[in-house]
Amino acid sequence: MKYKVKAPRVIFMIFAVILMLAITVVSVIPLWHVLMLSLSNPTAVTTNRGLALGILGNLDLNAYKMLLGYKKLWAGYGYTILYIVLSCAFTGVLTVMAGYIFSRRRFRYRNSFMMLISFTMLFNGGMIPTFMVIQKLGMIDTIWAMVIPGSLNVFNIILMRTSMEGISDALEDAARIDGANDFTIMFRIILPLCKATFAVIMLFTAVYKWNDFMSALIYLPRRTDLYPLQMALKEILFRTTKDISTAADATSNSVYAQNIKNAAIIVSTVPILCVYPFVQKYFVTGMTVGAVKS
Amino acid sequence: MKKKQKTKKTQFTSGGGYIENAGIKGYLHNQRLDIKRNKLVYAMLVVILAYFIIFNYLPMGGLVMAFEKYSPARGIFGSKWVGMKNFYAFFHGKYIGRLIRNTICIGGLDLLVNFPAPIIFALILNEFTRKHFKKFVQTVSYMPYFISAVIACGLVVSFVQAGGPISTIVANITHTDPQNLLMNKKAFWLIYILMNMWQGLGYGSIIYLSALSSIDQEMYEAADMDGAGKWKQCLHITIPSIMPMIIMMLILRMGAVFSVGADKILLLYSPSTYEYSDVINTYVYRMGLVNMDFGLSTAVGLFNSIIGTIMLVTTNKIAKKVSGTSMF
Repeated sequence: MKYKVKAPRVIFMIFAVILMLAITVVSVIPLWHVLMLSLSNPTAVTTNRGLALGILGNLDLNAYKMLLGYKKLWAGYGYTILYIVLSCAFTGVLTVMAGYIFSRRRFRYRNSFMMLISFTMLFNGGMIPTFMVIQKLGMIDTIWAMVIPGSLNVFNIILMRTSMEGISDALEDAARIDGANDFTIMFRIILPLCKATFAVIMLFTAVYKWNDFMSALIYLPRRTDLYPLQMALKEILFRTTKDISTAADATSNSVYAQNIKNAAIIVSTVPILCVYPFVQKYFVTGMTVGAVKS
Repeated sequence: MKKKQKTKKTQFTSGGGYIENAGIKGYLHNQRLDIKRNKLVYAMLVVILAYFIIFNYLPMGGLVMAFEKYSPARGIFGSKWVGMKNFYAFFHGKYIGRLIRNTICIGGLDLLVNFPAPIIFALILNEFTRKHFKKFVQTVSYMPYFISAVIACGLVVSFVQAGGPISTIVANITHTDPQNLLMNKKAFWLIYILMNMWQGLGYGSIIYLSALSSIDQEMYEAADMDGAGKWKQCLHITIPSIMPMIIMMLILRMGAVFSVGADKILLLYSPSTYEYSDVINTYVYRMGLVNMDFGLSTAVGLFNSIIGTIMLVTTNKIAKKVSGTSMF
């Protein structure tokens, strides 16, 4: 292919390069700013105006040391991991089962039942009625309220079903002749062939749970000790200056309040940022499949 | 019977035994046989259905609270039936105007700005031929999506508070003292939309970039031969090729216009900005779980749900008619 490079094209490309670089910079700079502030001298931080591109004053790691003493944050980390693991387990098992039965051609009512559950995508009971049901089940203020509601959703079922429908019946028939039952077929034969879709669903679930703080806000009204990381962060970031320093370390003065906030942001973001470049390709496949097939 | 014909067409792995054309009796016989043969499938169905009934359909039953003066002591069945009084209280209350305005404006602006933005971003990025550059920009631009809502809002707070970088820049431009922009109620919409853009631009473009990469390159070569410029190619090849995807995403977004998520707004708003920041979902949260007025909260939530459903179904219908693309 030969291109005749024309002036408008050159102008466009220059504009495009600048725009792309600007987007890249804007994506990164807020976190960089926060990282630098968290490492800076607290007095320099409070007087700072504008972006911090480097460490202000001398390097000061005290904020991180104080953060180590803030038990709630680390407990929150632990609970978030627990909620992610449990949610993935529930979502995994239930979604595979649903995807399996709704993809079996020998299941005669699969379309009618699929319609029945698809309706929940269109309409739902809302916050309070759902809260009431969960309360009646006795799950309020337990870890189960953080895990079970919302672990099965139609979008994931559609993803799973589509992927399982693509697998030839011959495999199932062969296994059946060898005496395999549905569970064996589902977990040993079908699921291994849908690994990619399964990974995508697990990933969506994990990211959702990592971000989720509304469930805790609604379903854990009294047991604040069960709060996930995001709620602990919410308490650190959205509280007045005085509260944080007393919560983090009774002896520290409030000079470090801003640094502690920044350090908390860094500590709870870095793990995700280390992981996401490696998992992003799954998101790409997941979103594409989801959009095309739903 | 319809079901029978389905049975006939279905291939069963283990033998016959099904009675054909025998009315109700035959149907029951077939059903029993089917359950016996697919025990585990039906068992799993029970689990899945139970889940949806408990967590999705039971709450719909709880919507009767919208028509009651709900009191926790009396429960759903014992509470006093008040008919449309909760709705009346909402529609004649003093907040209805601002709630609907804020919900429509925030949802609408978000759609207007943050729906096309990833498409434009994807189209521009697609013009680059260097793979590494493309990959780099893509990966970096996804990053904000992986930052949680709490932290994103925390970042916003620290950037727009008096002395924060953005607040300082604004103060320099307007020649005023730096102020906390979140306290400025008029700025709330802009802050919210820009935050969503920062978080969603890269991630939203994923889907379009993958659609763009699957366009047949021969079309461009042919267009080149015919003397079509890059702009014309974009207009007549690229955009039509990704149009079904755009419409699909639009349908999904339209349904969500009215359900402006409560989570980020809950973190960013404060009583002093309620006038411009309070939306229906945050109001539902406050009425229900802070003020414990379950009846009113449920009524407002129901109203919101109904509008959302209507929006989704309508957009879907329109999209079907106009372009032949639809979700259901």
